[in-house]
Amino acid sequence: MNWRGIWAIYKFEMHRFARTLWTGLAVPVITTSLYFIVFGSAIGSRMSEINGIDYGAFIVPGLMMLSLFTESIFNASFGIHMPRFTGTIYEILSAPLSAIETVLGYVGAAASKAMSVALVIFVTAHLFVDVHVEHPLLMLLYLVLVAATFCLFGFIVGIWAKGFEQLQVIPLLIITPLTFLGGAFYSIDMLKEPWRSITLFNPVVYLINGFRWTFFGTADVAFGTALAATFAFFLACLGVIWWIFRTGYRLKS
Amino acid sequence: MSESILSIRGLRKQYASGTDALKSVDLDIKRGEIFALLGPNGAGKTTLISIICGIVTPSGGEVLIDGKNWQRHFREARTRIGLVPQELTMDVFEPLISTVSFSRELFGRRPDPKRIEEILRELSLWDKRKTILKELSGGMKRRVMIAKALAHDPDILFLDEPTAGVDVELRRDMWNMVRRLREHGTTIILTTHYIEEAEEMADRVGVINKGELILVEEKTELMKKLGRKVLHLQLAEPLAAIPPTLAEWNPRLSEDGSTLTYEFDAKAERTGIPSLLTAMRDAGIAFKDLDTHQSSLEDIFVGLIHHSKAAA
Repeated sequence: MNWRGIWAIYKFEMHRFARTLWTGLAVPVITTSLYFIVFGSAIGSRMSEINGIDYGAFIVPGLMMLSLFTESIFNASFGIHMPRFTGTIYEILSAPLSAIETVLGYVGAAASKAMSVALVIFVTAHLFVDVHVEHPLLMLLYLVLVAATFCLFGFIVGIWAKGFEQLQVIPLLIITPLTFLGGAFYSIDMLKEPWRSITLFNPVVYLINGFRWTFFGTADVAFGTALAATFAFFLACLGVIWWIFRTGYRLKS
Repeated sequence: MSESILSIRGLRKQYASGTDALKSVDLDIKRGEIFALLGPNGAGKTTLISIICGIVTPSGGEVLIDGKNWQRHFREARTRIGLVPQELTMDVFEPLISTVSFSRELFGRRPDPKRIEEILRELSLWDKRKTILKELSGGMKRRVMIAKALAHDPDILFLDEPTAGVDVELRRDMWNMVRRLREHGTTIILTTHYIEEAEEMADRVGVINKGELILVEEKTELMKKLGRKVLHLQLAEPLAAIPPTLAEWNPRLSEDGSTLTYEFDAKAERTGIPSLLTAMRDAGIAFKDLDTHQSSLEDIFVGLIHHSKAAA
């Protein structure tokens, strides 16, 4: 393994994030606060509890996941798209790095950034509500798994995209709607049939509920199911990336 | 250790667009030499280099670095190769020294600030080490590209059009640097369409056109073999056509009829010049000036390309 090479990419990416550290931190803090003001205070006052959980606390895992998805995809896709766009990818391709090593560098850095943002949201949430995490270790592991999965997905987007506007398309047009409709801010049990059953086809439901389970020990779907679904998505992304490097799709001519 | 550090065997590349960029190229690069790959734009020079460096996937053939397949032993191969691409592509928001250190570590080498300092000093970049890359001039950026390629101490260096768009002073500097690298044992392969560059620096020259290696020759041999001299005669009175009495010398007449050009082999026993001049005097053709000119690599090159076009 070329650990130094992986570390070089990781450091480079983290350095890039560090240049925009303050906006990088201010954005999640402000958006979380806004969500709490709107959902927590304005709407939450009428809902008070879902499944015996205070509404304010209930939306914390959903908020963290929403940011984790978008941050992961954005950071990972931008990270690999930028060298493709500027042409500096030549150096990565000509370096003694295997596909796994290249992906580890980029995805590792993007996942680190995305998890930091999720944790900043977690801390900010404490300013508004009391959140108690029932399975802290599982919660962290789940955070790592989801961040890694969406960063892999973002890496694919970054390779696939032909321009910067396409980098935005997937998060805005697919992930955000699926997250909002996937029970980030409500329990899907609150939906009438057939909408509840239809919602079960939304993969994000499993991601959010798996994470919510680590907080409260209860969720709309069983933790095992959620974990299996997340893991399946993780493997699917790995498969696509394996294919990308094998064929050189949009990386090599 | 064999004499060839790099062997290219039947290397082919057809792009998805259907363009045959390389048509089965065979080439051996000798250890420690400076090899110039000469050819017009679109000849396949960059494709050839890109395949060796792992940036482009070949359609067929293989590359051996010290006898080892460059894909099967990609780590070893790539650690030994440094590439200075044609385009000035770099992370423009990075400080100069970080981008060079990055390159070293990316290639798996231990961070070595002293070695980085040496490289930067050698390329007169040390004073600018903290500058953000986008603030550097084009010439400086070109040096940065070289510093990045040298950062992991490769023993095979590819320079793709190193002096394209570079001023005379920097070009001299670069040539000196390439010579110093060679003195330290680095094998250098450079592509260029400036003949001057190949003539000045190379030990051997390869001419590539339309994806085919037309010729590979020691530069001095090439110059000797193909080095023809040209005699230009400025005529006192323009001629409408070449008189039949001069046909055996096969001279060429310029369009306006004022210059007669005669090509001859400078190394031959008989150059044919005295007899031509005598024949001209007999024909009553007077000239006001004459000069002879040794054909440069450029003339040879143009001749070769022209020849291969005619054959096609």
